[in-house]
Amino acid sequence: MSESFETLRDLYQDVILDHGRHPRHAGRLAAFDAAAKGDNPMCGDRIQLWLKYAPDGRVENTGFEARGCAISVASADLMAEVVAGASVEEVRALFSAFRDMAKHGADARGTSEPNAALAERLERLRPLAGVHEFPSRVKCATLPWHALIAAIEGTQETSSE
Amino acid sequence: MNAHDASAMARLRADFPILTQRVYGRDLVYLDSAASAQKPRSVIEAMRATMETQYANVHRGLHWMSERATDAYEATRDDVARLLNAPDRAEIVFTRNSTEAINLVAHSYGRGVLRPGQAVLISEMEHHSNIVPWQMLRDAHGVGLRVAPVTDAGELDLAAFEALLADGRVGLVAITHMSNVLGTVTPAERLVRIAHAHGAKVLLDGSQAIVHRRVDVQALDVDFYAFTGHKLYGPTGIGVLWGRRALLDTMPPFLGGGDMISSVTFERSSWAQVPHKFEAGTPAIIEAAGLSAAIRYVEAIGYDAIGAHEARLTDHALARLAAIEGVDIVGHAQDRGGVVSFTLANAHAHDVATLLDRQGIAVRAGHHCAEPLMRRFGLDSTARASFGLYTTEAEIDALAAGLERVREFFA
Repeated sequence: MSESFETLRDLYQDVILDHGRHPRHAGRLAAFDAAAKGDNPMCGDRIQLWLKYAPDGRVENTGFEARGCAISVASADLMAEVVAGASVEEVRALFSAFRDMAKHGADARGTSEPNAALAERLERLRPLAGVHEFPSRVKCATLPWHALIAAIEGTQETSSE
Repeated sequence: MNAHDASAMARLRADFPILTQRVYGRDLVYLDSAASAQKPRSVIEAMRATMETQYANVHRGLHWMSERATDAYEATRDDVARLLNAPDRAEIVFTRNSTEAINLVAHSYGRGVLRPGQAVLISEMEHHSNIVPWQMLRDAHGVGLRVAPVTDAGELDLAAFEALLADGRVGLVAITHMSNVLGTVTPAERLVRIAHAHGAKVLLDGSQAIVHRRVDVQALDVDFYAFTGHKLYGPTGIGVLWGRRALLDTMPPFLGGGDMISSVTFERSSWAQVPHKFEAGTPAIIEAAGLSAAIRYVEAIGYDAIGAHEARLTDHALARLAAIEGVDIVGHAQDRGGVVSFTLANAHAHDVATLLDRQGIAVRAGHHCAEPLMRRFGLDSTARASFGLYTTEAEIDALAAGLERVREFFA
């Protein structure tokens, strides 16, 4: 098998293949405070997302329905995992750091250095860092985050374009 | 051109410089010709020679260079007229691409000739470029939009098609001559006969068909025919609308500007004759030279040889892909061209395309600008392999081997 084909393991790590095939947070929430849709018109990926806040304003739970590639489904699922318990400000900071990672790789440093608590959550997203080597696929990974931010801001629809 | 004659194929492939490129350390296997075809050296040379030896603006200059450039540009019109067997060279209108050609008809014929209460009939297997312009016409002008269904095999449902024409309100049928997703070639002559019997004119979107088949607008008895240069081994930026002179003459202009007028005052302007009425602004002069070379290239090989080669390739591809576990081919029309869409179990089309790409194999993945058709088949996306006159059976074997790896990867 060629070397270039083997490098695909950087993109399709086992964590991604697993979450892409068996997402833990798939499905509409029975009760939710916010919802949004995300759409990548170039490739047809779609995500619908529901968000429930805890009484203290932190994210309690996120559910989603996604029709898309392994990258976008895995990214949505890992996102739902890492934002649980995070404040809205922390979600924004995570998105910013994750976007840097998706575009430039895990070792890239964005403008803001995440604090220790965020760094731990961010570490969980590290398997997705491989997308930076596949420019046409970065949007697959960031689409769920755009939808999440749209839900937080009360925008109904968003796009990764 | 005989696929079994390796040296003939090697010579033909040598006409396309890009085919020697390597991708991720492997020979490029380009199976995305339906999105855009690669260019033979003669096309590249024609464009270079135009810029180096006879370039100026056209239809304006009184100087030698402009006259040469105008002659060359107008000679392309003759080449297109010959390609389509058009009765009158003035019926050839240059546009940017098929999309613009269809928009021209939607705007000028749609608003200028069709009346509110009439309808346009399209099919379920149209590219967005043959859907959206009619929606815009409907919303702006009150012309209805009807959609003829396709069967599970991916063929036009002829009975439903005719039923949608029965009330006589359809003024125009706008339909693909070959689906960019299913590969289905529509029975154009029959559709035209049926449409005409119900008083409707017919526009064929020939973007895909003209790459694979000889198109004779008189034999088809069609009213408008649209195609684009870049899928026919020519450059981007130039397309063609052919229309019957009697229709083009009655249609108002599309875009306003230079070159399309006979006189302008601030009170009013009067229009030039066809085709110039529809060619506002400086046209694609360099691209016209490329299109001419592309047409000559295709004519030199001949549609009989191209069609036979692509039919062999398509049969080979259908057999090889169908033998792969989990591969489902979308579209099983009897009459089809060199486009094969498929899905792979447990793998999304984008993932399939990425994994094939890393093996040097270029395919398209997504909705192929045909979302309604995707929904018709309950799909979000497919992967699509499409073939050109330079495609080899070995490349299809590479695709099949590559897909086996993809299948194992996601197994």
